[in-house]
Amino acid sequence: MGEVKKQRIAPSAVVWLLLGAAYFLIPLVATLLFSLRNANTGRCCSLSAYGVIVHDPEFWSTIKLSFRLALETIVVGLLLFVPTIYWVHLRLPRMRPVVGFMALVPFVIPPIILVVGLLKFFKDTLHAPFWFLGKPDLFLVGAYVILAFPYIYFSLDAGFRAIDVQTLTEASQNLGASWRTTLGRVILPNIRVAALSGAFLTLAIVMGEFTIASLSAFHTFPTYLQQINQDKAYPAAAATLLSFGITWLAMLSILLIGRRGGQRTVRVGIGR
Amino acid sequence: MAWLGVVPFFAYACMFLILPAAVVMVGAFNSDHGGFTTSNVTAILRTANLRDAFWASIKLSAITAIAGGLFGLLIAYAAIRKGTPSWVRSAFGTFSGVAANFGGIPLAFAFIATIGTIGIVTQFIDNAFGVNIYQHGFAIWSPRGVEIVYLYFQIPLMILVIAPAIDGLRAEWSEASSNLGASRWQYWRHIGIPVLMPSILGTLVLLFGNAFAAYATAYALTSGTGLPLVPILIGNDLSGNVLSNPHEGQALAFGMFVVLAAMMIFYIPLQRRASRWAK
Repeated sequence: MGEVKKQRIAPSAVVWLLLGAAYFLIPLVATLLFSLRNANTGRCCSLSAYGVIVHDPEFWSTIKLSFRLALETIVVGLLLFVPTIYWVHLRLPRMRPVVGFMALVPFVIPPIILVVGLLKFFKDTLHAPFWFLGKPDLFLVGAYVILAFPYIYFSLDAGFRAIDVQTLTEASQNLGASWRTTLGRVILPNIRVAALSGAFLTLAIVMGEFTIASLSAFHTFPTYLQQINQDKAYPAAAATLLSFGITWLAMLSILLIGRRGGQRTVRVGIGR
Repeated sequence: MAWLGVVPFFAYACMFLILPAAVVMVGAFNSDHGGFTTSNVTAILRTANLRDAFWASIKLSAITAIAGGLFGLLIAYAAIRKGTPSWVRSAFGTFSGVAANFGGIPLAFAFIATIGTIGIVTQFIDNAFGVNIYQHGFAIWSPRGVEIVYLYFQIPLMILVIAPAIDGLRAEWSEASSNLGASRWQYWRHIGIPVLMPSILGTLVLLFGNAFAAYATAYALTSGTGLPLVPILIGNDLSGNVLSNPHEGQALAFGMFVVLAAMMIFYIPLQRRASRWAK
């Protein structure tokens, strides 16, 4: 029974949508207003909080470190997961539930448990040397690849399910392509959207990850944010907005590339 | 020999996930001299402050899961139902995709800037109505305050996960039921809610675990002392990458694992059932 006349929006829908919008927007607007307060008078409006942030060398060094860790996590994660998931789809379909189960384990072992385990395991059990434990690019990236795994997995698994891995691989090999050519020139272009959305999500996760970084005594962007809030409330709000901006950019990039690829995946944040 | 292809992945997962987790689980049952003991874990039940922390964590997670689930469901339905312009739906969808990934330190600061002691809304209420909410029992580091902040990622997560399920409610069902003389209430009571129920329950479980595992947001809001939650206590046992109180830290981590594993056991079958109708 098709509607003849265009239906108007229900009054109760308006109420809930307005309430939702208010709850979502007020903290963002308040953070903006807060960041514009004058450090001495506490009144609006001054850009001095932003000046404090951009002139703080620690801001730049920590944001660069977090960005570098994010890129390293993305590279290691994709190098590890793309061939694995490809291989599982191609040759080991019976392994798919096992790998899928592994992608659920990080939800049962959240960062706060993982960090205790990583420190116990590498320090007390393996007596790992300081060049490993003290280096964020090894210890932290090692952990972040695990945090990113479920997100990259669900994204890639959907990507691989959408293409005919078997036929593509056989066609490519019948034409004489090597494994490397098959992966790089045939498979990768077909799962580009899935790989890119996994990568942007990883970027958002690593740029915001506080639990493991702070408890294993590394100084990344989120720990810097926590530290400046102790004595500089307004600059902390300014840096918070910047941090939101990074999350927004990463997530909007996923939506934009996802729209082109026609994929929609539901994701759960982990950076808390 | 095909299995050789997945060796790097499983080796990596063992080094950075399975073995570290196993070390914690074993450590929770180790005594000082290396023997087996259950006293670390049973200490959670015997020691008042540990028991309280679990209770506070469970309460916080349950309240924010139920409230977030309810508001998320109402907002998602309002955004999707007939009559609502489609741009409203895509705006809420996009925003939820982003907000579900907010969290941690920035989220806590945004709310400190809003309803902290000198927050914008706190001062606005004070100036406009002469009421300082901090003199009337509210504090951002209290359970109520932390709940309000957690809803900022719980509601969007509910919207994201439940929207495809609401889409799965076919228009034909509602039309068929009204053709057969059913009221709106009867439609929801006998068709809408039963179809949505596995999705709703599954998502509530997900939201519970989401809040239960959160550390950074609570830490930033309470400075690690105000509200003793299980993750905060574990963090306090781990100062400067050394476990100052290894037995307690590992026993608490084990307790968290048990709660989260129980959650998964509920979640997986609900998820399977829910996917029957979801588009």
